[in-house]
Amino acid sequence: MTLHKTLPGEDTYVPSERRIARERHRRARTRRATAIAATSTLVTGVVLFLLITGSPGWDRTQETFFSPHYARVALPQVLEGLWLNLRLLAVCGSAVLAFGLLLAVARTLRGPVFFPIRALATAYTDFFRGLPLIICLLMVVFGVPALRLEGVTNDPVLLGGAALVLTYSAYVAEVFRAGIESVHPSQRAAARSLGLSSGRTLRFVVLPQAVRRVVPPLLNDLVSLQKDTGLVSIAGAVDAVYAAQIIASKDFNYTPYVVAGLVFVALTIPMTRLTDWVTARMDRRRAQGGLV
Amino acid sequence: MHLATRSLATTVTAVSSAVVLCAALTGCAPQPEEKPKASGASGRNGVTAEACAPGGLATEVEGKLTVGTDKPAYAPWFSDDEPSNGKGFESAVAYAVAKRLGYDRDAVVWQHTPFNSAFAPGAKKFDFDINQVSISESREKAVAFSSGYYDVRQAVVALKSSKAAGAKSVADLKKVKLGAQVGTTSLEFINDLVKPETKPAVYQRNDFAKSALKTGQVDAIVVDLPTAFYITGAEVPEAEVVGQFPNSADQPEQFGLVLDKESTLTSCVSGAVDALRKDGTLAALEKEWLSDAVDAPVLK
Repeated sequence: MTLHKTLPGEDTYVPSERRIARERHRRARTRRATAIAATSTLVTGVVLFLLITGSPGWDRTQETFFSPHYARVALPQVLEGLWLNLRLLAVCGSAVLAFGLLLAVARTLRGPVFFPIRALATAYTDFFRGLPLIICLLMVVFGVPALRLEGVTNDPVLLGGAALVLTYSAYVAEVFRAGIESVHPSQRAAARSLGLSSGRTLRFVVLPQAVRRVVPPLLNDLVSLQKDTGLVSIAGAVDAVYAAQIIASKDFNYTPYVVAGLVFVALTIPMTRLTDWVTARMDRRRAQGGLV
Repeated sequence: MHLATRSLATTVTAVSSAVVLCAALTGCAPQPEEKPKASGASGRNGVTAEACAPGGLATEVEGKLTVGTDKPAYAPWFSDDEPSNGKGFESAVAYAVAKRLGYDRDAVVWQHTPFNSAFAPGAKKFDFDINQVSISESREKAVAFSSGYYDVRQAVVALKSSKAAGAKSVADLKKVKLGAQVGTTSLEFINDLVKPETKPAVYQRNDFAKSALKTGQVDAIVVDLPTAFYITGAEVPEAEVVGQFPNSADQPEQFGLVLDKESTLTSCVSGAVDALRKDGTLAALEKEWLSDAVDAPVLK
């Protein structure tokens, strides 16, 4: 951490003996800490490895959960199912973001004339946040076709997607609303005093700040949605986890589940990194006094 | 420096205590895989009588026979979702097997065992599981089966009004949307024998398959024959049994009782099932509980 800079016309800085000793001591401390951390990690790893592989049931566990043969069988089918998850995630995710934002704005409208809109939006979020997703899915997927309405699809995937949008919009609306309400009133006041209409204030001042603040919780909901797309399989469509279950219950082997689990984790990690990067970039721009 | 040594000491203590803890865990955590072997137990069929002492098997709970099945327990295999009433084919078979093994009715304890946990590798909580599980070679790597207690045939159920209702052959089903329950051989029949143009719908439970059949989300569903007749007779009267699949020539499909892979009871339970088949008990129970499942036309 020392800084040896010689500027013309200045005394050259010579660190004192004490300072050099202190720094040496600090470096030694850091080295030792790293060494201890590495050793303890290694020991923990070895102990866990021995504990797991030494357990009496390990052979059967390995055969049941980590069978290379079943992993090979399962992977193509799991990936085929994953395509359904990804399509659902893309379509439902966009719909949820749009509808959730609309609900949040509806809940934060000011003025007595908007009371019915506020009340409706509040009732909607209360109801669909509380309703268990699986019940919402069952109602929509099996209830809607039972009505035998003309012109309404009975495609289980579309209906399942609709049910996901209904539930997740309620979650996301609350996230957006928290963001909107976290913007300091002075921002709104400043915008209005500059002559912006309330609509433009929302559009150019409040929402950009609100959305930026809630990116991490939004990503949480998106990852959660990504996993819950699998629940659409209740209506018979085959997603990644379901494809795994089909093989697992046919041959009594759990390896396909492990494969599907790893595939989902592999899908979530890049998504998280991407949002981290986006958030960091936004913060940098904000720090430079770019966007408000 | 003093500080550093202290932290080093703490770390060493922490790590070593973790090691000790783990060692202690290893010492007492695992369940013994080996149960005391019943003396003289031999292969699946060569059962010696003295090995299977009536009422004195090495069961999970001494003096009791714990039988697993899923919930809800469906008719006609069970009745009123109550396995312990002795009604329904599988309930009756379970009590008959128990009797053969020397356990009378009040020594039989029923236990809710979801299908997925019946084949989990850990120690089982049941002595045997009866849940319309078909015997297959790949499954025998994970669990032990008794001899088969019922020969299964798969059948197609469709609404009388649907385009699948007139099917006379397997080829006629290629163009229809089929559905089946996950983990069943019905699904394998669809994928391996019919090979339909649209992917089959796969349901977690037969209830969902029935809903989908009623609402027209699928044209036909594949279930085992007794279930098919129960559906058309009691649950979806507007549906009919279109026909049954031809049995594969080499080996008829059979339901077997599921036991833990290391179970010492397998040979005794198998012996009991074989004896019940020999003395006509199984046939009588079939007639009593599954007589509706008369023949359906075989799909060519």
